[in-house]
Amino acid sequence: MSHAADSSADRPAVLAKVKPLTSLPRRPLVLNNRDFHWVTEKICRIVEDPAPTWWWVCFLISASVASFLGIGLLWLVSTGVGVWGLRSPEFWGWDIVNFVWWIGIGHAGTLISAVLCLLRQKWRTAINRSSEAMTIFAVMCAGVFPLFHVGRVWFAWWLFPIPNSQSTWPNFRSPLEWDVFAVSTYFTVSVLFWYMGMVPDLGTLRDRAVKTWRKYFYGILALGWRNSTRHWRNYEMAYLILAGLSTPLVLSVHTIVSFDFAASLIPGWHTTIFPPYFVAGAIFSGFGMVLTLVLPLRSMFKLHDLITQYHIDCMCKIILATGSMVGYAYSMEFFIAWYGGNIYEGFAFINRAFGQYGWAYWIMISCNVISPQLFWFRKVRENTALVFIIVLFVNCGMWFERFVIIVTSLANDFLPSSWGYFSPSIVDIFTFFGTMGFFSTLFLLFVRFLPMLPIAEIKHVMPAADPHVHPAHDDAPAPVALAAKGGHS
Amino acid sequence: MSEEIFGIMAEFKTPHDIYEASAKLRDAGFKKWDTFTPFPVHGLEKQMGIGRSHVPWIVLLGGITGFFTGVAFTWYMNGFDYPLVVGGKPYWSIIFPFPVLYECTILFSAFGAFFGQFLLNGLPRHYHPVFNSEQFERSSDNAFVVVIEAADPLYDESKTRALLEQVGAYNIHLVNK
Repeated sequence: MSHAADSSADRPAVLAKVKPLTSLPRRPLVLNNRDFHWVTEKICRIVEDPAPTWWWVCFLISASVASFLGIGLLWLVSTGVGVWGLRSPEFWGWDIVNFVWWIGIGHAGTLISAVLCLLRQKWRTAINRSSEAMTIFAVMCAGVFPLFHVGRVWFAWWLFPIPNSQSTWPNFRSPLEWDVFAVSTYFTVSVLFWYMGMVPDLGTLRDRAVKTWRKYFYGILALGWRNSTRHWRNYEMAYLILAGLSTPLVLSVHTIVSFDFAASLIPGWHTTIFPPYFVAGAIFSGFGMVLTLVLPLRSMFKLHDLITQYHIDCMCKIILATGSMVGYAYSMEFFIAWYGGNIYEGFAFINRAFGQYGWAYWIMISCNVISPQLFWFRKVRENTALVFIIVLFVNCGMWFERFVIIVTSLANDFLPSSWGYFSPSIVDIFTFFGTMGFFSTLFLLFVRFLPMLPIAEIKHVMPAADPHVHPAHDDAPAPVALAAKGGHS
Repeated sequence: MSEEIFGIMAEFKTPHDIYEASAKLRDAGFKKWDTFTPFPVHGLEKQMGIGRSHVPWIVLLGGITGFFTGVAFTWYMNGFDYPLVVGGKPYWSIIFPFPVLYECTILFSAFGAFFGQFLLNGLPRHYHPVFNSEQFERSSDNAFVVVIEAADPLYDESKTRALLEQVGAYNIHLVNK
């Protein structure tokens, strides 16, 4: 007791002695001392102003590209799954590559909205809405592939535990069935989280609406939200819990996706490193896609005060960290293939790097392991054009990673007499190309009709939002000095 | 006949002002009143004397329901109605469908959080008297609004108005039902 009393008596004296002369400034998340009204105006105007010409150009291009998806699927359904390049021994080809690629992209959205929320990373606020939208659209694109791969797509509902005329049920021992549950839960929870986060901002759009159709459209979507503190209390609790639920969910989804491979006996798939390796890869590719989407939007809508250099820095560092983890996983796979002493496993990996698909392997290594290492340099992270190019490499490399894993292992498995070489058919290419258009069409519509940045959440992380800061004697560290650098009016 | 009064509305300029004023209104003994802020002001619910949210209980209920729903249907389908012999393993155990149970637990908990939040908030509700005020519309932009309802036993038009003025509110006006 006496000790405690001593220390508390000493504390003020010590504090006075060690107190820094000025309060240390935090990196401002909104530059140029903007006020709340500016944030509202800036974000709502994106939705309220007439669509810019570039939007229409992008939209028309995306919609035409999306039509390839329609053509590809129509072709497939009217003919049969044989029109894809799948033949023995590769019964999983581009379709599963694309599925895993798209679903991996989705994971960064959940990571930003959930994991970074739990870790109190306030910089997430500027990018969480658009990356959650990215998650949802990416999962929709992902879902197309396994859905149509089942062959007779009109029986796809047999995947779900719904009574059917044959009185049979799904086999819950199968990782593919786990995947059905994981992906559909992931999609549902992501939509709920995204929508709930958007409700207060939809209320803002409703309150600002002048045209009647807008009043009704946003009025209905906002569900009568009225910013009441009694509501915010439940809302914040629910938001926190959803973040807490989404975190184990997102980890489980890519873990279960990796079980699709790891629970089989194919050399190169049957490894315990798959779940963490897949999750790291998913976050890596997802942040790549977030930057791919956010950087052009930032310059088109002049969002430099809201999505600052600091945000880009943070994302580049996450890409660097997860890219290095992925690189570690690649080397560890090789090590275990040698150390495990299994000849099939050993062959699978030598074959990956130096066999008939060696070109794909080295594309993967250079895009995923080497290119993100450039993010060690501040000069690179501050060069937006260079960042954009590197993240395109990341997107590309992660597609090749899935290609390498899936195709090389199947093409050269146990029996050399049945080896084959997979090449995609035109329908494969159409379908994959089409999902890109489908994704960008949805994303452009989102940007046009829904608040692209979370208005309420951005206001919440501004220094002026702290109720303990009295505006008269401004204790808040003035962000002007730091803001001068990357500022944009 | 004049329209019925819902309550008295007033505005504050900063989170700090409404934070300080809320404690005073709470201490004055008001019960039927509320504040409307563009974002959740940290600690404001404590100043207003509102307790902790009950959403977690609904989430817990959802999670338990989800887990046991998963147990029930996987057992019924794989262990009872259509047992499959797979490698001589038991028809049903808690282990093999565990990923399914896990996802069901998360799914139903998320339903609990999402629907529980709206249920406790009494939403969706597309009409509310506060929407009658133009001033209220700015509470989703940069105004920090307080409303004291006429239904509060301590409500008295002139006295409440004076109190609001005293705690630093401005733009004080009545809101119709």
